[in-house]
Amino acid sequence: MIRLDEVYKAFGSNQVLTGASLVVKKGESRVVIGGSGSGKSVILKHIVGIMKPDKGRVLIEDVDIASRSEHDLYEIRKKFGMLFQMAALFDSMSVGENVGFALTRKGTLKPAEIKEIVVEKLKLVGLMNVENLMPSELSGGMKKRVGLARAIAHEPEILLYDEPTTGLDPITADAINDLIVDLRERLKVTSVAITHDMHSSYRIGDSISMLYQGKIIATGTPDEIRNTVDPIVRQFITGSAVGPIKIEGVTHERIYSRA
Amino acid sequence: MIRLIECFGRSLISFFRNGVAVAEETGRILLFLLATLKQLVLPPFELTTIFRQMLEVGVRSVPVVMVTAIFTGMVFALQTYTGFKRFGAETLVGTVVALSMTRELGPVLTGLIVSGRAGAAMAAELGTMRVTEQIDALETLATNPVKYLVVPRFVAGLVMMPALSVCADIIGIIGGYFVTVGLYHTSSVVYWKQTWNFIESADIYNGLIKACFFGGSISIISSYKGFNTSGGAEGVGKATTGAVVLSSMTILIADYFLSSWLFG
Repeated sequence: MIRLDEVYKAFGSNQVLTGASLVVKKGESRVVIGGSGSGKSVILKHIVGIMKPDKGRVLIEDVDIASRSEHDLYEIRKKFGMLFQMAALFDSMSVGENVGFALTRKGTLKPAEIKEIVVEKLKLVGLMNVENLMPSELSGGMKKRVGLARAIAHEPEILLYDEPTTGLDPITADAINDLIVDLRERLKVTSVAITHDMHSSYRIGDSISMLYQGKIIATGTPDEIRNTVDPIVRQFITGSAVGPIKIEGVTHERIYSRA
Repeated sequence: MIRLIECFGRSLISFFRNGVAVAEETGRILLFLLATLKQLVLPPFELTTIFRQMLEVGVRSVPVVMVTAIFTGMVFALQTYTGFKRFGAETLVGTVVALSMTRELGPVLTGLIVSGRAGAAMAAELGTMRVTEQIDALETLATNPVKYLVVPRFVAGLVMMPALSVCADIIGIIGGYFVTVGLYHTSSVVYWKQTWNFIESADIYNGLIKACFFGGSISIISSYKGFNTSGGAEGVGKATTGAVVLSSMTILIADYFLSSWLFG
């Protein structure tokens, strides 16, 4: 289980999280939605322990990771796999080396065994004969798939997705959504995805939470969120510039005048 | 008068603010060095990546260090010969070139070249890895980025800078030989005799201690700048420039204090 208790985080004078609380049960697929710069990525980085809260607790299987030593933290991180927004593949390594990275670091498997697992995981994400390519030779969609293969290669218990469909064309984005749903069903992992793509949220989430002004303001099933009467959530899911959520420097009069 | 006092006050505040910022940055770099030293002694040891970095920092810097050293030795011999000839001391050119190369020019020029070449590459590579979240990805894959990325660069700097410095010393002395013997027709025997008679082993190993210090400084400063990059391509550019400027300044300032300690 993943649990965030009243987490606060500021960068300088910019208070990003102001008491964010979230509970994700084992095996659940949770999507966190929110506007750009609302702190969604910060939530993911707290879950994986890259960032520590200024105040509050982050519990993974009832272990408060903020209070653990660096060594323990690296052990806990072995439970995680993470897909980054721009895939974050290591430029200097081939696709095969990227996917097999965690297994190579573990040092318990022979190179031939690692190669076998790499081929299997790449096949799982729909890629074949790409092990020897370099990341610079891949398209955006392929990079995300390789990133996904790398995230699942060491068979983690928890998968984190940072904007899995951002920057992809609608068809590739849908293929990535299919892949995430497929992986969820096959691997039975707990997952947390952050996105502002509502189509993707409804497809991949068992439940959806909305982050607004540093707090989780609503949580529900995709149907509950779709039919919500909360004006903030409503404005976000319908993608309207008119409503309680204000965008800095943009007024709806300007939007109307453009239309 | 009031404006003058205001202006003086502002300058004073700005001076102290800059002083505090420099002290903060120095403190952060020292903490980064401590984190690196801690990871350096803890297993597992990243031998493959260390060798890769030694190749990058050392072997790939050889051509540019050689060219710099040979021309430095040549111009040094040329200037020394024409100057010393005025009071009939041209036989001492070999001694002056050898002492200057081993004690000063070898380590310092190699340091400046390595900071411009390998240091800039380190800052740019690590900076790009930071802004494209590759360093975060390493952490999520349970790999300590300081151990995996910084320790190999630090070891490569410590080991390869003295090695490059030795090459620069030898090539610089050979450059001096070309000019003194080839151009000014001084006796070859005299050149080598004067070189070996006055040079002491302390000249060489103290020069290498300086080179070792410069190598470690370049790696730590450049890695620190790369690790703390933010703001996309512009940030990577700033980190790279900052790494070269700070490494070069550190080399030149530390050179004085190290020289006065080692040779003083």
